[in-house]
Amino acid sequence: MNMIVCIKQVIDPEAPPASFKVDEASNRVVPPPGVSPVISPFDENAVEAALRLKDAYGGKITVLSLGTGLLREVVKKPLSMGADELILLEDEAFADGDSWSTAYALAMAIKKIGDYDLIFCGRQAADWDAGQVGSGIAEMLGLPSVTVARKVDVSDGKARVERVVADGYEVVEVSLPALITVSNELGEPRYPTIKGIMAAKKMEPIVWKPADIGVEPSQVGAAGRRARLLKLFQPVHEGKCEFIEGESPEEAGVNLALKLREAKLL
Amino acid sequence: MSQAKGVMVFAEVAEGKLAAIATELLGCGRRLADDLGEELSAVLVGSQVGALAQEAIAFGADRAYVIEDPLLGDYQTDSYLMVMEKVARELIPQILLMGQTSIGRDLAPRLAFRLETVATLDCIELAIDPESRRLLQTKPVYGGNAQAIFTSQFDPQIATVRAKAMSPLERDSSRQGEVIRLEADLDPQAIRTRVLEKVSEEVEGVRLEAAEVVVSGGRGIGGPEGFKQLEELARLLKGAVGASRPPCDNGWVPDVLQVGLTGKVVTPELYIAVALSGSSQHMAGCSGCKNIVAINKDPEANIFREARFGVIGDWRKVLPAFTSKVKELLAE
Repeated sequence: MNMIVCIKQVIDPEAPPASFKVDEASNRVVPPPGVSPVISPFDENAVEAALRLKDAYGGKITVLSLGTGLLREVVKKPLSMGADELILLEDEAFADGDSWSTAYALAMAIKKIGDYDLIFCGRQAADWDAGQVGSGIAEMLGLPSVTVARKVDVSDGKARVERVVADGYEVVEVSLPALITVSNELGEPRYPTIKGIMAAKKMEPIVWKPADIGVEPSQVGAAGRRARLLKLFQPVHEGKCEFIEGESPEEAGVNLALKLREAKLL
Repeated sequence: MSQAKGVMVFAEVAEGKLAAIATELLGCGRRLADDLGEELSAVLVGSQVGALAQEAIAFGADRAYVIEDPLLGDYQTDSYLMVMEKVARELIPQILLMGQTSIGRDLAPRLAFRLETVATLDCIELAIDPESRRLLQTKPVYGGNAQAIFTSQFDPQIATVRAKAMSPLERDSSRQGEVIRLEADLDPQAIRTRVLEKVSEEVEGVRLEAAEVVVSGGRGIGGPEGFKQLEELARLLKGAVGASRPPCDNGWVPDVLQVGLTGKVVTPELYIAVALSGSSQHMAGCSGCKNIVAINKDPEANIFREARFGVIGDWRKVLPAFTSKVKELLAE
């Protein structure tokens, strides 16, 4: 079985919120100093979903990433987890895209890869939280999609997907090839093994430019956007927390209850 | 751009009623339509939804379109996409609003791409730009650390809206409107998925989304046993238990208890956050609550930036004393 997983390099969402800064003049986030970027967490869940199928049925996993300034030690992580190949769409032309232009470039790259049964994406990326690229790729390639998966299995040319919904989950059967977006409910992605890390070190990613996937630079990245970012800003925190104290933690607990009664919250 | 006109709301139905999010969207849509001087329509899609058309009008729609078909009983991407593509192409709305729900977050992007545009998901604010008359779409980004305002020159302008971000209008059963039935024209062969089973993991007691009091635990609770103490407090306050992501990911509590960006959005009167750091992703699900109470041993925890009252201390010591005092006060 041939699988493709799309991953995105993002600013580490686990970095302390206090270190988060926006440069409002340029509508950009200032990367926190000293914090290495990571693969967007839901994308790691997507890698894990593909690896579980490879463990069970064999096959090949191609990892695809789009961006600029992609750190090899970051984007190679899926290889060290057990993926087979890494293709990077890395060019200035791909920078600052929206869901439309990003999905378009990824869809064209997937067309070029050609042979696939399943495409996996994270449900949304930890930076823009747009949640559209997976569905967008499926639409552009004319594939069925199932979003927000917590479990994926395949048999008889079909995938069985547990899709997370508000009160639990639905079991959805979908014909292959298909695109599936994955959520954290799938479970923790595996850690790379030492052997995997050594193997990944020796592998070089394949880098594709716009011409390699048959697109004009004007169709991708910032030039290909269909949504315009007018403004990026940080909401104001009022920081008005009233701290309740006591001689001991227990007394503080009692005082908290009294305070809530006073505030008519109990 | 174009002959596109009017504001349209995709009105979801839940348990035979208009979903709360549908009434919120109608409230917001009414305001946008009035600002544009155009009409507000509602679209109801399902196997048996016609009876609710009048309800959508009572909540603010000028017109309600009903598309009923036995094949539309379960939400499936392909079938709903076919229906909404047809609606959008025939009725040419300028703005199309959906809820940020299991359906909306799946349908909105696919529909947008089919109509050769992009949507903006999880909006918390929508307004008409007085100059361009385009829709200003504000959504949290970077897990809630920032907010972005997007606009698009392409029609329809499609946005999904976060639960409880908008207020419904007062229901007015005297409101008049037109109900129009449309054919679904579905091709069953083109539906490439099948729903085999629906599994509810809803826990007993007060529903999290409807609770007036929510007691949430985070990573610091340390395991499933600790949540028993939170349950005791929640029961006492007639509330519900919630959690941040780590307790769900670790299997201490079911996933349906997750409050946050990718979980549930709650707006109780009182939100008690125990041993929970208050990541932006989590706060996205509860920051609408005005009375957040935090118990955390880390004075630097982000939750204290959002809380109204806080105790710095080990929850294992603070919480039992708090709970028994609450019990005492409620018994008075």
